[in-house]
Amino acid sequence: MLKTQRPPLDVVVVGAGVVGAACAYYAARAGLTVAVVDRGPVAGGTTGAGEGNLLVSDKEPGPELDLALLSTRLWRELAERFGAAMEYEPKGGVVVSATAAGQDALRAFAAGQAAVGVTAEEVPAERLRDLEPHLAPGLAGGFHYPQDAQVQPALAAAHLLREARRMGAELITGETVTAVLRGPDGAVRGVRTDRRRLDAPAVVNAAGTWGGELARLAGAHLPVMPRRGFVLVTEPLPRIVRHKVYAADYVADVASGSAGLQTSAVVEGTPGGPVLIGASRERVGFDRTLSQEALRRLAAQAAALFPVLADVTVMRTYRGFRPYLPDHLPAIGEDPRVPGLHHACGHEGAGIGLAPATGLLISEQLTGKRPELDLAPFRADRFPADTGTDA
Amino acid sequence: MPTSPSEPVEAPQSARYDLAVVGAGPAGLAAAVTAADLGLRCVLLDGGRDTGGQYYRHPAPGLGAARPDRLHHGWSVYTGLADRLAAHERAERVRFRGGHQVWALERTADGFAVHVTRGPEAADRTTVPARSVLLATGAYERQLPFPGWTLPGVVTAGGAQAMLKAGLVLPGRRIVVAGSGPLLLAAASSLVTAGAEVPAVVEATDYLGYARRPGVLAAVPAKLVEGAGHGGVLLRHGVRLRPRSAVVEAHGTERVTAVTVARLDAEWRPVPGTERRIDCDAVAVGHGLLPQIDLATELGAATRTAPDGAVGLRVDARLRTTVPGLWSAGETNGVGGADLAIVEGELAAHAVADRVPKPALLRRRTRLRKFAELMAAAHRPGPGWTGWLRPDTDVCRCEEVPVARIREAVDELGAGDPRTVKLLTRAGMGWCQGRMCGPAVACLAGPGEPGPDRRPLACPVPLSQLAAGPSGEG
Ligand SMILES: Cc1cc2nc3c(=O)[nH]c(=O)nc-3n(C[C@H](O)[C@H](O)[C@H](O)COP(=O)(O)OP(=O)(O)OC[C@H]3O[C@@H](n4cnc5c(N)ncnc54)[C@H](O)[C@@H]3O)c2cc1C
Ligand SMILES: Cc1cc2nc3c(=O)[nH]c(=O)nc-3n(C[C@H](O)[C@H](O)[C@H](O)COP(=O)(O)OP(=O)(O)OC[C@H]3O[C@@H](n4cnc5c(N)ncnc54)[C@H](O)[C@@H]3O)c2cc1C
Repeated sequence: MLKTQRPPLDVVVVGAGVVGAACAYYAARAGLTVAVVDRGPVAGGTTGAGEGNLLVSDKEPGPELDLALLSTRLWRELAERFGAAMEYEPKGGVVVSATAAGQDALRAFAAGQAAVGVTAEEVPAERLRDLEPHLAPGLAGGFHYPQDAQVQPALAAAHLLREARRMGAELITGETVTAVLRGPDGAVRGVRTDRRRLDAPAVVNAAGTWGGELARLAGAHLPVMPRRGFVLVTEPLPRIVRHKVYAADYVADVASGSAGLQTSAVVEGTPGGPVLIGASRERVGFDRTLSQEALRRLAAQAAALFPVLADVTVMRTYRGFRPYLPDHLPAIGEDPRVPGLHHACGHEGAGIGLAPATGLLISEQLTGKRPELDLAPFRADRFPADTGTDA
Repeated sequence: MPTSPSEPVEAPQSARYDLAVVGAGPAGLAAAVTAADLGLRCVLLDGGRDTGGQYYRHPAPGLGAARPDRLHHGWSVYTGLADRLAAHERAERVRFRGGHQVWALERTADGFAVHVTRGPEAADRTTVPARSVLLATGAYERQLPFPGWTLPGVVTAGGAQAMLKAGLVLPGRRIVVAGSGPLLLAAASSLVTAGAEVPAVVEATDYLGYARRPGVLAAVPAKLVEGAGHGGVLLRHGVRLRPRSAVVEAHGTERVTAVTVARLDAEWRPVPGTERRIDCDAVAVGHGLLPQIDLATELGAATRTAPDGAVGLRVDARLRTTVPGLWSAGETNGVGGADLAIVEGELAAHAVADRVPKPALLRRRTRLRKFAELMAAAHRPGPGWTGWLRPDTDVCRCEEVPVARIREAVDELGAGDPRTVKLLTRAGMGWCQGRMCGPAVACLAGPGEPGPDRRPLACPVPLSQLAAGPSGEG
């Protein structure tokens, strides 16, 4: 077993996904000595299997939207330095509705969002095609959300970690954390990996979908569960989709607690040319089986929004497992039951978007500052011990 | 010859097929006719128009090519199989469907749904129900990049073979054949027979490594004869074999005009000072073959790594994969040539029909597999080949990703495996979906055996067909 290295660590971050990367980045920037450990490579978990929508448009007022708005600001700051490297695009979102009733519902939703700082502009039916020339005819209208943006998640994680390393953080890949060490008082003392021991007074659980297992290593209950998603990737196309475009029912799917398959395609172009169509949501454990029904619905919905897509070819599809907690909010902050254990996981389908805010809040807590947002809604002990059996 | 391209397979009212064979090369063809002999109702699907696969590739009838047998050893073996297939088709025991590219296998309550695309339109989707599936999808060529490899005139060794067999066209007049593996001799011999000049066959290994083990060779006389055949042709045409050497650069602007060949050490590192230039107008390069197994790995089938580093399916003595109901024969189980593919096809058909094969067939398979493993071991790329790369050499030609970008992803961005390299550089995201650059990216990503490729869609599928959903048959 390798010896603990010097200088002594202030914090060990478990997980080199986008959330762990953001935690490491902000902690290093705050002057802490950081080590990041992942059993795989950088972005080898859900970060490498998701999309990079940074959305405020799909969130109703509440703690998650507060996080998203903070993140929107932080992404803009990050983009000044790493924008091109992370393929950051402040392209905005367009939510469309097929019926007048749907448009009324969107209007009410947007009004609530506007009250807490979301910019949303109503787009009447006849102007939709100014924003998106290839949209299907006959839609009732929509809303334009200029704050919605996009990054390439794996690049975002990799560049945040590269910067953290430049500031002195250590990155250890290919090592699994097998134990969380605790002192007689119950407080965290570090972790053990399959190759070494890393002593530190704080451990950040950024283990994503596997965050529940890591919490268990520290003796804490945290019911993180997988929610499967598929994404379709088309052949490279000229710029036919300019914003992130989705139909209004998407918001209902995101918030749904149902285990059944839900799909409402978000359609977006990428700098590389391919159009991404995603993503389905389904609670089926870690089952990797390709779902023909998920593919069918994603493809059909995308073609319904953009009829030109009916004539393109899908090059590939991929799947991932979102880290999901029963109330659809992440766990962020120190665990009241285990001093020194800081959770930063369970972001479900918004972990890319919410990563910077999560990282900043964790680093503020680690350095004894008052976090910018109230962390109470994200407390890890909010779930009774008998929750978390996946349907 | 059985050709019935692109009309949809109507499953008879009664039910699904007993067996769907995917791939109509030597393995699939042998399997389908044997299975039909044994009373199974089969459908034989291939993305290509005709049966024959890579080995028995032949010109389209319209081209009026006189004698496909000139380029084929064992052409009569193929015509024998094709005749049996035709008889079974007439008796409606087998259906051959060309132009049927399988893009996914789905497990169903009573077997499989085989998802097929037949063309670009929404209606070109077919779903074939079958109780069991035999995968005989063959292999594709392993390519290792070198400076200049994207120049026009640089083709793959198998591609040159295929061009000749399919249309009798030559990639150039003066063709350097390079890389590693037995296909090089076959390609060189076809090229000279067809009238090209081959100034050199450049082989990275000490070519005769395995041939020096007489026990093994004696056990496979057919191989010996074939090897001698190529050798004789090459000798007659004065073709020079340069062992332990590689093409380390192709020169030219519009198209290749020359190559630089260098000696390699035992690790395949180019030895400085040994470079020599050879003028040519084409290069045919190949580094062996890689099993095409996406359809099976997507279902979670277990794999094994052959001595040459190629990942194939793990099968038992009855050619069963670890997925219930899924069999595999031929190159999908590790590259071993057409003879072995036929034997495995016959064995798999027996297993699917639950019949005991002749012991001789089992022995023949064991012998041929052993030889294949030996050959694979001899042609395993040495780690030093990356020594001929330059920072600006494109590794992924679809997305134009050079060596330097991949090294940056590994050294600076924390990518330790091919998947992460792909995410961080786009290498492998283009049309070929990493089939071309995959092996090179895996080497550059660092040590460790590459895992099996994961491609949920075995080939691109028109969006309209995904949206249409499975066709009525399933
Ligand atoms: C199909 C799909 C589409 C999505 N689209 C979006 C989107 O558009 N916008 C958005 O914001 N979000 C999206 N998401 C969600 C987003 O991808 C996730 O919320 C986010 O990636 C979570 O990041 P993470 O860092 O928490 O987890 P991960 O990226 O999974 O990182 C966790 C890491 O922890 C490591 N680990 C776990 N246990 C251990 C251990 N014991 N020892 C060492 N290492 C360990 C894992 O190897 C892994 O690398 C999508 C997800 C899916 C599946
Ligand atoms: C380019 C190339 C050239 C070769 N030339 C020679 C040669 O000259 N001499 C020699 O000895 N060996 C050659 N080989 C080696 C050859 O693989 C074997 O000798 C022999 O053909 C293997 O038989 P098989 O049945 O296992 O596979 P193959 O002959 O490769 O047959 C596989 C068949 O499956 C079909 N297929 C693949 N995927 C799908 C799918 N998803 N859906 C539907 N159909 C599918 C293909 O169209 C093909 O017809 C070549 C290989 C390649 C790749």
